[in-house]
Amino acid sequence: MSASANAEFRTCPETGLKVHLPAEKLIKVNAVTAVIFLAVGGLFGLLVALTRWPAVHLLPADLFYLALTAHGANVLLFWIIFFEMAVLYFASALLLNSRLATPAWGWVGYWLMLVGAVLANIAVLQGDSTVMFTSYVPMKAAPHFYLGLIVFAVGALIGVFVFFATLVVAKDENTYEGSVPLVTFGAITAAVIAVFTIVSGAIILIPTFLWSIGLIGYIDPLVYKVVWWGMGHSSQQINVSAHVAVWYAIAALVLGAKPLSEKVSRVAFLFYILFLQLASAHHLLAEPGMSEGWKVFNTSYAMYLAVLGSMIHGLTVPGSIEAAQREKGYTHGAFEWLRKAPWGNPAFAGMFLSLVMFGFLGGISGVVMGTEQLNLLMHNTLYVPGHFHGTVVAGTTLAFMAVTYLLVPLIFRRGLVLNKMAQWQPYLFAIGVTGISLFMMGAGTLGVARRHWDMTFSDAVVSVSYPAGAFLMMGLNGVFAVLATLGGIFYIVVVVASILYGPKLGDKAAPKPAPAAAPRPAAIASYGSAGTLKLPGTAILVTVFFVAFVLYYYVNWKYLAALWPMR
Amino acid sequence: MTDTARSAGAAEPIPFMQRILDNPFILLFLGVSIPAVLYLMWGVMEVASIPVAQ
Ligand code: HEM
Ligand SMILES: [Cu+2]
Repeated sequence: MSASANAEFRTCPETGLKVHLPAEKLIKVNAVTAVIFLAVGGLFGLLVALTRWPAVHLLPADLFYLALTAHGANVLLFWIIFFEMAVLYFASALLLNSRLATPAWGWVGYWLMLVGAVLANIAVLQGDSTVMFTSYVPMKAAPHFYLGLIVFAVGALIGVFVFFATLVVAKDENTYEGSVPLVTFGAITAAVIAVFTIVSGAIILIPTFLWSIGLIGYIDPLVYKVVWWGMGHSSQQINVSAHVAVWYAIAALVLGAKPLSEKVSRVAFLFYILFLQLASAHHLLAEPGMSEGWKVFNTSYAMYLAVLGSMIHGLTVPGSIEAAQREKGYTHGAFEWLRKAPWGNPAFAGMFLSLVMFGFLGGISGVVMGTEQLNLLMHNTLYVPGHFHGTVVAGTTLAFMAVTYLLVPLIFRRGLVLNKMAQWQPYLFAIGVTGISLFMMGAGTLGVARRHWDMTFSDAVVSVSYPAGAFLMMGLNGVFAVLATLGGIFYIVVVVASILYGPKLGDKAAPKPAPAAAPRPAAIASYGSAGTLKLPGTAILVTVFFVAFVLYYYVNWKYLAALWPMR
Repeated sequence: MTDTARSAGAAEPIPFMQRILDNPFILLFLGVSIPAVLYLMWGVMEVASIPVAQ
């Protein structure tokens, strides 16, 4: 390699990895942009929740739906996908010790994404694109709403190709040996799913854009739903793959944890690649136009294999942490390893909370709702947002927040400031999100509709009445939304303050007790299993999970039987 | 255990599954074609075969 190419690298004092400076710059700018969209979208989320709080009922109807559209687009698409670009560049160039294939294209992708996201936001804020982020036809948004999403998607696709090209470069230039590290493998899974996601999005959004400017006369609503959910659902599976990769990364960086078995974890990711996207069909379980065969194949047989993948990760991530902790001597009883884990380190705390909450809140409710018969109980109720705030907020968002606490010292080369605030942040956010997730699910179980400004349907011809509990839940949802928002604000304040004013680390490693240190570099960037299965604590945790899962599953069948009594 | 096995076994043939897992482009092919056929195409064909109202 030429001298000028070498000048583009620095050596990370904490991990010994070679850091390609242009890659680092792209990681920074994508991560910062992501955080800005989280701030914007999160505030819209608060407005939505305050409006659905019966005693507050903040916004008028039109603004409520506008805020809901803005909330969905900014957090679900823009926050998450910008951050995922940072994860992809990190997992390719940095973890493989390589240069990023074509930084220039990385920038083209970034700018397209930014322009697209801003354009879509302008359209929504102008008020004539209040179509929710799903934008079901025949509702029509302004053309620049669709155009914004398309441009954003093209940018993201370019980023994904830069990622794949970097894998090729690293292989050609022999920057690593053997198989890629597991975290990179998780990122490959995310990138593969991203390609399918973006292609589905293009197939449906380009015609819809042409329809909005009058070039196409008609878009079939059911075809729209089928193809749109190929994007809408799969994009969530990019998130799952990425946040599972982030779990492994944090466990490796903070504790030096190695996967219990490289093979098993990789096969679990392979299940995602093969099956996870098929579960898109669970969004159409209530559609009369789709056949039983298509629904059952895609949401049962195939989806359960994908769920199996998640369960494997749910077992091996805590298992690898237990193994690493036991090796350090925390061997008393079943749980010393967990009690003595670094709970004051926001990266670890956030990661572990994300893992537990993703499983209990998002995972269980997802399988219940993805079961065709049970889906009828909660279809289009608030149960649905309750479920996915358990997956994409408690799971993905919290995991991404957690890893930021490592990225600030590693990539931005700044120590964290406001340490107390940073320490509390994951807990505060987790409590808030647990609340909104559970109370929305609760209200949904009682029949409260999602995406509705007036839960009482006061101007409906046939009156609707809910048990008092439904109103109470919506109030509690509002209270916990405030807590979650506070947790979100803590995150943004800590991250922004650290990036701007944190002590510069230069080429020194971060001071040790600070929640920043990355003691075991090898584990994240190498291949190798922990090679033990004596993990009583993890076995107990997993058993608790299964018992909760099975009980809840059958409770729902019981509800269903009560709706249509069998005599 | 794996680490040593890997460096010692340089001459051994690489197992079939590992070759698939090590090739991102095979994964890309599988991950795009399977849902394209089983979800998208099958799904769109179902919609297309709904009889049109008279
Ligand atoms: C402060 C944190 C948050 C609060 C208080 C919050 C609250 C809410 C509420 C009350 C709804 C409306 C439910 C309805 O009426 O149908 C909603 C919808 C939604 N939220 Fe959040 N949320 C938060 C964070 C997030 C994050 C971080 C994400 C994604 C990463 C997210 C994704 C969504 C999506 C996709 C919708 C559905 C929009 C739609 O139906 O079109 N939320 N949220
Ligand atoms: Cu889905």
